[in-house]
Amino acid sequence: MVLILGFLLREALPILQSVGIKAFLTDKTWSPSQQSYNLVPMIWGTLFTATGAVLLATPLGIISALFCQYYAPKAIASGYRRLIELLAGIPSVVYGFWGLVVLVPLINQLHPPGTSLLAGILILTLMILPTIALVADATFAEVPQAYLLGAAAMGLSSWGTIWQIILPASKSGLFTGMILEIGRAIGETMAVLMVCGNVVQTPDSIFAPVRTLTANIALEMAYALDNHRSALFVSGLLLLSVIILLAIAAELVKWDRV
Amino acid sequence: MIVNEKQQGIDRIISLLFWFVPLLITAIFIWILGDIVRGGIGQLNWAFLTTAPIDTGRQGGIAPILVSTLLILGVCLVVSLPIGIGTAILLAEFTSNSNWFGRLVRRSLDVLAGVPSIVFGLFGNAFFSKTLGLGFSILSGGLTLACMVLPILIRSTEAGLSAVPIEYRLSSASLGISRTSTLWHLLLPAATPGLLVGLVLGIGRAIAETAALIFTSGYVDRMPTSLLDSGRSLSIHIFDLSMNVTGGDANAYGSALVLILILLLINAIAAWLASKYNRSL
Repeated sequence: MVLILGFLLREALPILQSVGIKAFLTDKTWSPSQQSYNLVPMIWGTLFTATGAVLLATPLGIISALFCQYYAPKAIASGYRRLIELLAGIPSVVYGFWGLVVLVPLINQLHPPGTSLLAGILILTLMILPTIALVADATFAEVPQAYLLGAAAMGLSSWGTIWQIILPASKSGLFTGMILEIGRAIGETMAVLMVCGNVVQTPDSIFAPVRTLTANIALEMAYALDNHRSALFVSGLLLLSVIILLAIAAELVKWDRV
Repeated sequence: MIVNEKQQGIDRIISLLFWFVPLLITAIFIWILGDIVRGGIGQLNWAFLTTAPIDTGRQGGIAPILVSTLLILGVCLVVSLPIGIGTAILLAEFTSNSNWFGRLVRRSLDVLAGVPSIVFGLFGNAFFSKTLGLGFSILSGGLTLACMVLPILIRSTEAGLSAVPIEYRLSSASLGISRTSTLWHLLLPAATPGLLVGLVLGIGRAIAETAALIFTSGYVDRMPTSLLDSGRSLSIHIFDLSMNVTGGDANAYGSALVLILILLLINAIAAWLASKYNRSL
């Protein structure tokens, strides 16, 4: 852990010293060959795709978990759980490949060019949905049986029970799940790289192509030299700091519960 | 009745929704899998698995890629297994929960497990490829993957060790057996199932990995001649065929199907081990 942080820092330092942190936010464009290192469009790209995916995946995942715990007959619930686990096991390249040959042409018919923020959000949603669904499922399983019996005894409808008893009781578990999910959404590289179009720009619509921080590293690392290379390590460092912050947040949520 | 008609109406709509969402997700899952199987099944035959790619992968098979994948995985396991088991033993047996060192290591492991693979890739490129001078090679790819897999491996082995009842340790101590042989003859065999589950999960994660390998193990699709050769893994092959090679889709489908089949197999083994493990407890 220390080793990784150390090496990222070491590789990123030359540019931080020569250009300064401000350059990454205020330079005109991202064109490292002309000494211009604006990361902002990529940061927006990451932020938009991740936020969109989290907003879509969270309700779907929680509904899936509730379905498993309270609505489905036992056999269907365990089958569905296996399916979600398999969904979690599909490698990101395969998601990316599927997105590229199926989803992108579909979106292209709707609004060219197809490779877009929307495609990225949809693929990411599929990828992070299992995370929140499995965590939520485990959390709901821990809600004490007595709560449910009490709710039934008071004649609460099943929706009322879920909304007023189960969800509040499992709040902190759900938050932990969301934090994990956000981490995965931010860190995902390959699938997003394959479907997002990778144009360096701040997207102005949901159909515009974007490039995320992770995709930027993967695309340019192969030929980057000197300051350009360091600039990529700076973005890696940025990603790592976000993940560490998220881990601390998760810790605080857990701590809050005790 | 306290539940009035309006509430019952809401209840019914919500129930419908709750059945609809899982159906939708199942449908998408079948769509993805069906699409890959339909596209890949035509490619999949013995020749595809045993010949080298021709014309940057448009024609021919995936034999060297399979070999590279296996070699990378082999390096990863040879390195991560001893380190992983060692650390897990240290954490579970020799440090208590309240110990600051143990806590620190556990926290960093949890953070490490969440670090994006591309960051591992950057690190592997800087450390193994550049600083240690291994270049783009199967060795540096495998070592990078080992770093990625370690957190999973350590945590599940540790869980396996902690699940061994304390009575085992007490009775073994009362018989005057030394700590080392207790560990070797009692605890490790008892923790093997947990270890295996972690191992299988780790292999799954390593095989599926792409981003960490692009700039550590490299792109070359030749048959590797040594561990210091650059080799292309199955997942990178799929990526390259679909992104950089026009007309490579058919073989990308084939490779994706092979990758998914391997993963399904691994998943099934993990599930089987886990259920066996639970029954034996």
